[in-house]
Amino acid sequence: MTSVSSSSEFQHQHHFKSAEHQYASSKQGIWIFLCTEILMFGGLFVGYLIYHSLYPTVFKNGSETLDWKMGAVNTVVLLISSFTMAAAINYVQRGLHKIAAIMLALTIACAGAFMVIKYFEYSHKFHVGTVPGKFSLVDPSCAAGGKRLECESKISALLKNPAELEKNHVSAEEVSRLKAVISQPRWEMFYGFYFVMTGLHGVHVVAGAFLIFWVFVKTLRRKVGPEYYTPVEGVGLFWHVVDLVWIYLFPLLYLVG
Amino acid sequence: MSSAHTKTEHGHSTDHNYLNHGSGIWSWMTTLDHKRIGLMYFATVSTLFLIGGFFALGIRLHLAKFGAEPLLQPDTYNKFMTFHGAIMVFMVIIPGIPAFLGNFVLPIQLGAKDVAFPRLNLASYYIFIAGAAIAASSMIFNQVDTGWTFYTPYSTAKTSNGVILLVLGAFTMGFSSILTGLNFIVTTHKLRAPGMTMDRIPLMIWALYSTSIIQILATPILAITLLLIGAEKTLGVGIFDPDLGGDPVLFQHFFWFYSHPAVYIMILPAMGVISELITAFSKKTIFGYRAIAYSSVAIAAVSFLVWGHHMFVSGQSTLAGIIFSIITMFVGVPTAIKLFNWISTMYRGTVTFEAPMLFALGFMFLFTIGGLTGVFLASTGMDVHFHDTYFVVAHFHYVMVGGTLMALMGGIFYWFPKMFGRMTSDLGGRISWVLIFTGFNVTFFPQFVLGAMGMPRRYFDYLPEYTNLNQISTVGSWLIGLGFLVGLITIIHGIFKGEKASDNPWGAKTLEWQTSSPPPHENFINTPTVTAGPYDFR
Ligand code: HEM
Ligand SMILES: [Cu+2]
Repeated sequence: MTSVSSSSEFQHQHHFKSAEHQYASSKQGIWIFLCTEILMFGGLFVGYLIYHSLYPTVFKNGSETLDWKMGAVNTVVLLISSFTMAAAINYVQRGLHKIAAIMLALTIACAGAFMVIKYFEYSHKFHVGTVPGKFSLVDPSCAAGGKRLECESKISALLKNPAELEKNHVSAEEVSRLKAVISQPRWEMFYGFYFVMTGLHGVHVVAGAFLIFWVFVKTLRRKVGPEYYTPVEGVGLFWHVVDLVWIYLFPLLYLVG
Repeated sequence: MSSAHTKTEHGHSTDHNYLNHGSGIWSWMTTLDHKRIGLMYFATVSTLFLIGGFFALGIRLHLAKFGAEPLLQPDTYNKFMTFHGAIMVFMVIIPGIPAFLGNFVLPIQLGAKDVAFPRLNLASYYIFIAGAAIAASSMIFNQVDTGWTFYTPYSTAKTSNGVILLVLGAFTMGFSSILTGLNFIVTTHKLRAPGMTMDRIPLMIWALYSTSIIQILATPILAITLLLIGAEKTLGVGIFDPDLGGDPVLFQHFFWFYSHPAVYIMILPAMGVISELITAFSKKTIFGYRAIAYSSVAIAAVSFLVWGHHMFVSGQSTLAGIIFSIITMFVGVPTAIKLFNWISTMYRGTVTFEAPMLFALGFMFLFTIGGLTGVFLASTGMDVHFHDTYFVVAHFHYVMVGGTLMALMGGIFYWFPKMFGRMTSDLGGRISWVLIFTGFNVTFFPQFVLGAMGMPRRYFDYLPEYTNLNQISTVGSWLIGLGFLVGLITIIHGIFKGEKASDNPWGAKTLEWQTSSPPPHENFINTPTVTAGPYDFR
C-alpha cells in the first residue's frame, strides 16, 4: 500500500495524531466490519451444509433446475467488477480522477447487469413455481393446520398444462427436471435456501452499488486523491467481499448436486 | 496514574466544558462528542427501562391474584411477558453499560479526545433509536406473544405478523451494537494516550474491550437468525418449519449461539464497573490486575462454547449434553477469579460505603447467588427438573438484574460528578440501594423456591399451592419500583440542585478523574502522559 502523505491540503480529524494514524484506524474499522459480514453469511452457510447433508437428493435435484449458464455469466460479471474496482482505487491513489471515475462507473454498471440477470432468473422461477414454501402452493390457505403435503403445488399445476409450459419457455428437459424435483418430499427446502442466500447477497450488491456511487461522486468532485482515499478503498474492500460471497454461492447452489 | 505527570488544568469546570460547548437541542442531536452521546443513551435507555418496568409490574400484579378476577387475559399476559423481556434484554441491559457508561468513560480513561469514529458513534445511536422504534411499533400494530426468545415454530407459524417488526427492530439494534463494539475496539487499539500500554489500561476498558469482541463475533449470527425468522414468516422458506422439513431446534442452536455470549455482553461491562468501584472505594491498588483483565477475555472466549446448556431437554444427544455441561462449569473459573480478587482488594483497604460502593457490594452478593444457581442448571440431571421453571427465572434475574442493573446504578452514582459536575445526595443513593436490594431479594428469592416446587415459567395461571410465595414476590417488585423511583429523583435532583463536585471527589486514580468535572469538550486541556498502572494508590 502506498503510504499517505500528510503534507497536502487534506486535514486529518482532530483526535488523530496524523493522516497515517487516521488511515490505519479507518482501515482496521473496515476490516472488523467485513468480518461481521462474513460471519453473518457464515450462519447461512452452516444451515445450508446441515440441510444438504439431511436431504442430499432434494439439494441435488433442486440445483439441477438452476440455470448454471446464467450463474456463470454473473460470476464473470462480478469478477470483472472486482477488477474495475481495484483499478479505480489504483487510479485514485495516483490522482488520475477521470479514469478512476470511469472505472467506478463500470463497476456500477456491472452491479446493474448482475441484478438484471438475477431478475430474469427469479422471474422464471416464479413462473414455473420453484419458489420458497408459501408461494409454491396453488392455494396457500390449504396449508393451514400443517396439511401442506396434501396441497397442490404450482409446479404440478403447471406440468398438467402444456399450453402454459410453452408460454413460459419450459423445455422438455426442464420438465423432466421439475418432475424430479417434486418427486421428493420437502423439495421447497432447497428454494428456501436459494432465495434467502441469493436475496441477501442481492441486497448487498445493491447496497454496494450505492456506496460505489457515493465514492464516484467524491471522485468527480476530487474529494479523494493521492493524499486521502480511505472511502474508495473501504468501499472497494466491501465490494470484494460481496464478490467473494458470490464466488462461494455459485458453486454451492448451481454446481454441487 | 501518578498525578505529577498528568498535566491538567483545574478550575475550568465553571467556564467551559462539554455541557456548555454549543447549546440548544440541535447541538445535542448532531453532536459528535462521545460524552454527550453517552448521555443521550442514558436518557433513552432510562425511558425504555420505565416502559419495560411497567410491563414487569403488570405481570407481577397479575400473578399475585389479589382479588377474584384475573388482571390480564391470557393472551394479554403473554404479550406483556414478551415486551417486558424483549425491552429489558435488547434495549436496556445490552446497551445499558457499554453504550451509555462505556461511551462516556472509555475515551477519557484512555486519554483520547474521542472515540475513533465519532460520526459512526452518532449513527449507532440513531440506528439504535430506529430499531427501538420499529420494535415498539409492534406494540401498537400487531402485538407479539412469543416471549423474547422467538422460539420457532411458534414465532413463524402461530403468532401475529408483528413478530416481523419485532425481529426487524432487534436486527437493527444489533447493527448498532456491532458498530459500537467496532468503534471501541479500534479506539482501544489506536487512541491510547502516550505511555498507556495495554497493561496499563483500566479494568473497565478490558471489560468493554472483551465485550466488544463478543459483540463483533456473536451479533452477526443473531442477525441472520432474526432475518431467517422474517423470511420464514413472509416467504415460508421452511428452514425452521418442520412441515417443510425444517428443524425448529436449529433455531435454538442459532439463537443461543448468540444469546449465551450475549449474557456476557450484559455482565462483562458490569464487572468492569465493579472493578473501578472496588478500587476507588477501598483506596488500594487492585489485587491481581492481570488476572482480572485476562479473565474478561477468557470469559469472552468460553462464552461461545456453552450455548447447548439451554437445550439439555431439546433432544440433543447425551454426549452433547455432557460436553456442554462440563464446558459451562468452566465459565465459573474466571468469574470466581474476579470475585476473589475484588475481595482481596477490599481486604485491609480503607473501605468507605458511599452509595456507589453499596451497589458494588450488592452486585457481588447477588451475582454470586445467580452464578451458583447457574451451576445447578448446568448439571444436566438437575436441569431436567429445573428447566423452564421459576428457578430459571430467578437465576437469570439474579445475574441480569442483580448483577448488571446493580452495576449500572453504581456506575451512574460513581461517574455522576464527572458527567454533570455536581454530586448526588448520598442519602438518596443509599435509600435507593436499600429499597432495590431488599425488594430484589423479596421478589426473586421466593422464585427459586417456587421453581424447586415445580411452578413452570411463562404460565398465566398456577396451582393454589404457589399463591403465597407469588404474593410475596409481587410485594417485592413494588419495593424495587420504589427504589428506582428514589434513584431517579436523586439523579434529577443532583443534576439541577446537587452540590458542585470537585475534579476527583472519590480520590480515584484513573485518567477521567485527572481532568475537570465536567471535562472540557476534548476531554483534556493537554493530552496526559501516563507513567504508571491505573490503580497506583501509594
Ligand atoms: C453471567 C451472567 C449470566 C447471565 C446474564 C445469565 C442469563 C441467563 C438467562 C437469561 C437464562 C434464561 C434464558 C431463557 O430465557 O430461557 C439463563 C439460563 C441458564 N443459565 Fe445463565 N446466565 C448467566 C450466568 C450463568 C452461569 C455462570 C451459568 C453456569 C455456570 C449459567 C447457566 C445457565 C443454564 C444452564 C441455563 C438454562 C436453564 C434452563 O433453561 O433450563 N448461567 N441464564
Ligand atoms: Cu447460557
